[in-house]
Amino acid sequence: MNKVPMNKVPMNKVPMNNALATLQQVTVAFDERVVVDRVDLTIHRGDIITVIGPNGAGKTTLIKAILGIQKASRGSMVLKPGLTIGYVPQHLTLESTLPLSVRRFMLLSGQSLEACRGALTKTGVDHLMDASVHHLSGGEKQRLLLARALAIKPDLLVLDEPAQGVDINGQAALYGLIRNLRDELNCGVLMVSHDLHLVMAATDKVICLNQHICCSGYPADISHDPAFIETFGRPVAESLAVYHHNHNHSHDLHGDVVTRGQDHSAHGDCDHAHH
Amino acid sequence: MPIIDAVLNDFFWRALIGGLGVALVAGPLGCFVVWRRMAYFGDTLAHSALLGIALSFLISVPMNVGVIATCVVLSVVLVLFQRSRALATDTLLGILAHSALAIGLVALSFMPDIRFDLTGLLFGDLLAMSRADLLWIFGGAGVILTLLTVFWRGLLMSTIHEELARVEGVPVERLRLILMLMLSIVIAVAMKIVGVLLITALLIIPAATARRLAGNPEHMVGLAIGFGCLAVMGGLSMSWFLDTPAGPSVVVTAFCVFLLVYSSARRAPA
Repeated sequence: MNKVPMNKVPMNKVPMNNALATLQQVTVAFDERVVVDRVDLTIHRGDIITVIGPNGAGKTTLIKAILGIQKASRGSMVLKPGLTIGYVPQHLTLESTLPLSVRRFMLLSGQSLEACRGALTKTGVDHLMDASVHHLSGGEKQRLLLARALAIKPDLLVLDEPAQGVDINGQAALYGLIRNLRDELNCGVLMVSHDLHLVMAATDKVICLNQHICCSGYPADISHDPAFIETFGRPVAESLAVYHHNHNHSHDLHGDVVTRGQDHSAHGDCDHAHH
Repeated sequence: MPIIDAVLNDFFWRALIGGLGVALVAGPLGCFVVWRRMAYFGDTLAHSALLGIALSFLISVPMNVGVIATCVVLSVVLVLFQRSRALATDTLLGILAHSALAIGLVALSFMPDIRFDLTGLLFGDLLAMSRADLLWIFGGAGVILTLLTVFWRGLLMSTIHEELARVEGVPVERLRLILMLMLSIVIAVAMKIVGVLLITALLIIPAATARRLAGNPEHMVGLAIGFGCLAVMGGLSMSWFLDTPAGPSVVVTAFCVFLLVYSSARRAPA
């Protein structure tokens, strides 16, 4: 494969439209290996965009490029001038030798105590203000990280697998919370996720990434996109379609998605996946 | 002032004041060494100090300057090597630590004309503390405390979560270099008290002792300074009364305090 020329990526130009971030043909390559391939993406205020894809699809790398901690090799990325990004990392693995209270962690954001308390209240963990970060559960830690990101009043919230290490009820609650926060703060939300079912229920737009964007669209549509089915396999695609069918009562999906002959086995897979 | 003059004329007081100056900066830096798992890294820098001494004799610059420069160069080399990921970090550190020490010893053996006390360099020398050393110690401590105060939030954030710090605009790489610079300075000035082989102990034992009782990073730093001072006072007294070598006595005292705290104190809430 040819080496990708390292062109300078123009940043911080005033965007043409009112988008928070506009990516055009963004490519990230490590040495000669292309990890993110010509991705176009526009994020507006109020959007919830979820990036899904198999392992090694370049999801986290794409997020890192938007966060500015991974240089894009090619393409252009325009961020709204003065854009504040709140980042929620996958997890907070604190060295056991480092004592840290929730209060101190929040104050390290440089915000006032009131702002920190407000953010903790929004994510429902204000009662843990004086607890040690070491004693929090997985779900509480994620809510703390989310509060930390909210404290700086972000225009864009970027979450990398926010529900990892959180049990299934906690995950649903967490995605619900993210939706509510979007409504309340009118910020844009970009997240990476593995939890396909929950993502489909919680997101506006799904981007299926496999180095390049293989398909994107509304959750209900994407699950019967041929490219999606090819990436995730038919059983997953069908279980998602059924899931949406059950929840949205959008009956028009049924005939389109489930091909004859595979109907029963597909539903069987779906049931196993759910219980 | 005559009183200050009298105090500074007494080598024991000079050693004590110098030792407390070192403990003052070894506390916070020791905490970072413990938090960032840099104990072996500190050890490697300390081992290279002997090479720095040999080099400073060779090109006739002050010993402290030679040591600081060698440590800084070594830490930059280490960071570059680490990036290439050719060897595991601990292997790399093991190679560099002992090679630097060995090269230093060999280099010094080529300079028979120069009088120096190898045992003093390796294990600390109470008697060798001069007024100039005190100036170095407090000058170095001043630089380190200023850097720590200015960069505290960034240093702590990049220790807690490097990527989160990066996104928040913390210059993570630059701070890593500043931390290495501070470690180099503390090694250069602490050499007189505990010697190159025991500097890491003075960094990590008080910090580890403090961890048991601390609920917050700043709290831990304060306690580490306190335990460091205690170790210096106890160690130098031991050296004075029992005629034991200064460096090992300081480390033995620090270890005793560590054992005492870990066996008696209740676990900290954090």
